Amino acid sequence: MLLEIIMIPAVLAIIKIMVIILLFAMPLGTVLTLMERKWSAMIQDRVGPNRANIGGFTGHGVLHLAADGLKSMFKEDTMPKGADGFLYLIAPFFGLIAGVATFAIIPLAGPIGNFTFQVTDIEPGLLFIFAITSLSVYGAVLAGTSSNSKFALLGGTRASAQMISYEVFMGLALMGVFMVYGTTRVSGIVDGQNEYWFGNLIPMWGVFTQPLGFVLFFTALIAETKRAPFDAPEGESEIVAGYFLEYSGMRWSAFMLAEYVALVGVASLITTLFFGGYHVPWLHLWENAPQWIVTILQLLKFSIFTVFFCWFQIQLRWTVPKFRFDQTMALGWKKLLPLSLANMIVTAFVILAFG
Amino acid sequence: MELKVKQVNRLDGVREALYFPALYVGFRLTVKHFWRNLFGSRDVVTINYPEEKRHVSARWRGRHRLTRRENGFLSCVACYMCETVCPSKCIHIEAGEHPDLSVEKYPVVFNIDELRCVFCGLCVEACPKDAIRMDTGVISMAYTSRQTFDFTRDLLRDNYDPKAHSNPKYEDYDLPSPSNQQEALPNSQGVPAS
Repeated sequence: MLLEIIMIPAVLAIIKIMVIILLFAMPLGTVLTLMERKWSAMIQDRVGPNRANIGGFTGHGVLHLAADGLKSMFKEDTMPKGADGFLYLIAPFFGLIAGVATFAIIPLAGPIGNFTFQVTDIEPGLLFIFAITSLSVYGAVLAGTSSNSKFALLGGTRASAQMISYEVFMGLALMGVFMVYGTTRVSGIVDGQNEYWFGNLIPMWGVFTQPLGFVLFFTALIAETKRAPFDAPEGESEIVAGYFLEYSGMRWSAFMLAEYVALVGVASLITTLFFGGYHVPWLHLWENAPQWIVTILQLLKFSIFTVFFCWFQIQLRWTVPKFRFDQTMALGWKKLLPLSLANMIVTAFVILAFG
Repeated sequence: MELKVKQVNRLDGVREALYFPALYVGFRLTVKHFWRNLFGSRDVVTINYPEEKRHVSARWRGRHRLTRRENGFLSCVACYMCETVCPSKCIHIEAGEHPDLSVEKYPVVFNIDELRCVFCGLCVEACPKDAIRMDTGVISMAYTSRQTFDFTRDLLRDNYDPKAHSNPKYEDYDLPSPSNQQEALPNSQGVPAS
């Protein structure tokens, strides 16, 4: 009886959404808020947060997660005078919703019979991602315009200009992937990466078939999340904190959490599209492997790659200096856009000639 | 006069335009530090302040203390030199007659208001008996009430940790030792500075 209820597609989808978001995306994003501070401390030969404690137990700073949560819950939710109340109140959640919605199409492991480890495998697939990332622009823009603050407005303007510019070639950079695997459906792209070149030597991962596309797409995604080196919209040195300058308490935390959920989203997208998704390379050589071991290995491989790319983005943030805003724009329009067009055309000709 | 202009060679060319060589160099450095500190915190230079304290120079002017004679009594002879020289008027002394006739005077009251003190060290320089020093190594005083900053004679004499002492050259008889005091003046009457 219970199994029948669970197998109703709508109920199953809701359960999957809960599991993927509450057990994968959100916890990883929350832990990353602490890990970013901890890891940056290691990079810079510091100790990092280690003071929050319960009766002397600090757990190397783990309790700062609880401390931060409690602090933002009990802080006053301020609103500046003259702010557009409704927009000001809903703006933080646009970014969060957009970040979370990315996980709707990401498969965590291979399907077992009819059951998939994916909320939905829609035909438009990655076009859905483009639509959702466009939505996340609204978070920054609405926060910037409704705050009634000049710095916030500047940050919002910068964020909208940057995100819309980088969205243009984010799509173009993925065209190569669509052409190589012949589909926009995520499961199709992931399965396409399970083929091999030269017998069983090299898996046909996206990063090998589309190396330039990988670099371009990764760059665009980092610019979309507004993290260093593309954090001109926040621009601590010039415009204080950019578009979320006036926020406090839980709404500010929503912006912060949105950033880290987007970071996890970027990492899992990169894993899915360019590093074979959940497919463990060379696993097909193990004939008649038990299904449950395969699934666990797939979950493990996906998680490890996702965590690695989260780490990579954090490492990148603490390595490279910030682009000036005009440099961000010049890089996007003058270098990366022509490159992605060229990548698309070359891919098309190669497929026409050899495919 | 012609201005001196230093020409800095701009890095140009394909290598710079690609970003990747520079990214690689940066990554090599940060990842190296990350991995070294991930296991064992080998390069960390942080001093965990309240638990660990930085070495204080022997010449650092910290909180005052009153030194003792070899027999355990205060070295101070209540000559008012420090009180006179003090630019912030934070020292208050009241003299009393010392049981030992060769000493003549000792401070019955010796208060220093550490909130008024500017830590100029003039009292230390003015003292003819080396009776007041600023070598306790206490570089930060943080208390919750103003009264706590009023250091009395006995506090100034006893309230310091010889191990946390900033000056390694302090004499042994500076250390408080009750047995010394008993032997020093067995027949004393009155109230010596014990």
